[in-house]
Amino acid sequence: MYPEADLVPLSALRHYSVCPRQCALIHVEQIWEESRLTAEGRILHERVDEGGAEKRRDVKRVFALPIRCLRLGLVGKADVVEFHRQADGCWIPYPVEHKRGRRKEEDWDRVQLCAQALCLEEMLGVSVPEGALFYGKEQRREVVAINDELRRETEEIAAAVHRMLADGRTPPPEYAPKCDSCSLVDVCLPQGVGGRGNRVARYLTKVLEEP
Amino acid sequence: MKKHLNTLFVTTQGTYLSKEGECVQVRVEGIDKAHIPIHTLGGIVCFGNVLCSPFLLGHCAEHGVAVSFLTENGRFLARVQGPVSGNVLLRREQYRWADDPASSTRMARYVLTGKLANSRNVLLRAARDHGDDGRDEPLRAAALRLADCLRRLERQDFSLDEVRGIEGEAGAAYFGAFDALITSDDEAFRFKGRNRRPPLDPTNCLLSFLYTLLLHDIRAALECVGLDPAVGFLHRDRPGRPGLALDILEEFRPVMADRLALSLINLGQVKAKGFETLESGAVLMTDDTRKEVILAYQKRKQEDVEHPFLQEKMAVGLLWHAQALLLARHIRGDLDGYPPYIRR
Repeated sequence: MYPEADLVPLSALRHYSVCPRQCALIHVEQIWEESRLTAEGRILHERVDEGGAEKRRDVKRVFALPIRCLRLGLVGKADVVEFHRQADGCWIPYPVEHKRGRRKEEDWDRVQLCAQALCLEEMLGVSVPEGALFYGKEQRREVVAINDELRRETEEIAAAVHRMLADGRTPPPEYAPKCDSCSLVDVCLPQGVGGRGNRVARYLTKVLEEP
Repeated sequence: MKKHLNTLFVTTQGTYLSKEGECVQVRVEGIDKAHIPIHTLGGIVCFGNVLCSPFLLGHCAEHGVAVSFLTENGRFLARVQGPVSGNVLLRREQYRWADDPASSTRMARYVLTGKLANSRNVLLRAARDHGDDGRDEPLRAAALRLADCLRRLERQDFSLDEVRGIEGEAGAAYFGAFDALITSDDEAFRFKGRNRRPPLDPTNCLLSFLYTLLLHDIRAALECVGLDPAVGFLHRDRPGRPGLALDILEEFRPVMADRLALSLINLGQVKAKGFETLESGAVLMTDDTRKEVILAYQKRKQEDVEHPFLQEKMAVGLLWHAQALLLARHIRGDLDGYPPYIRR
């Protein structure tokens, strides 16, 4: 169990699963570069963040629901949580995470959704077997089963994020094609700042040569 | 480094800036003049009587847009800072280095290596352009003295004060030859020595103004990476003084400000009548000259250069952002030294 003071944002999990260095730049070094994509996302969220709820017969939708999980040390907000009424009259939470882009092969978004499910399970004492990702570009839902494999992956990432934040160190960059679409590429400099030794001394020798 | 954020310079007196959605709304005498999306801005510099709404200031703070207020003549008055952000671990390490004489001296040596190498290159470049008409003599002589200072900077056993002594000597050599860099025939631009509080001639006035613009940009860049612009290594702490920003300014003075001032003078883009002398002898720029200088500075920032260490093409206006990052990387231990920006 983590104390409340040590909870990390849910979003860190997604950042870490995309790239541990991106996660460290945002959550250790507190750097945030706004790009057109993040600005659009922020404006979208400002609207969702107003909170509130709406109810139809068997589905209740709650917006911007604050959630946490002390077991994994996570805290944040769920965009939308639907509560589905079961035949026995119980309401089962069903997280729906909104993404502006399109569906991805990697588990980045699924990990974030699973983390929300784990929060809801802990807070409400129920099991959350399923949730969904809604992709704005494609206007479609991907139903995600919160299965053992995804849970294990999410728990491992949560532990890794906690280790990294406690350590306070930013891992060195490793350039990959995904870097080109990262909003932090300009501060990360994945191609410019490697961990190779003595680079600055060599640089100075070179630039100070007699012209 | 693909993106180039602009600085909005507001020189029209009585302008009111406010937040309009995601834009900065610019109004003069109640009339809408422009809407500028905030995410395209890296900074806002207000000259004289320019007002900003508190909501705009808050929005700027949130988005890391630096807002500074200057007098009409470009003297720095104040800047608006949002909640302290950035990496506290990085800043603590910066403070530890600043408290440690060995680390401070090492950092001072790095930035001065940049300053002296760049000063020397400015002199040599002009000497080449002058040809062998004899006017290149003082330039080459000063460049030799700078080369000697650069060699002595490498001495690892020198204290911070000795390093500062070398800087003083180099500065005297450089500004001693500065007049030979001015090819304009106008007597008004003759350079007889550096003075700044207040500047006593048009050339010094121009230099001071460009240093102020550059300092604003560098300070914003340092804040963007979470460094404390007030805590320097070469420049010791003094309340209100942006020590680290002044440290990094040293590397950039010769190539960014001095060379720009020289080309404005030598190409006749600024004229002697664009300056006015007050009763005390202090020299000020006229509004038109100030606008001309700001335009030239902005244009310069949009030119592309290759960063010598990163070996990546970027806009001149991003160079100090790159340097701030490299410095943060060095302080965090990701990079084995700080590579000052040296323009060949």
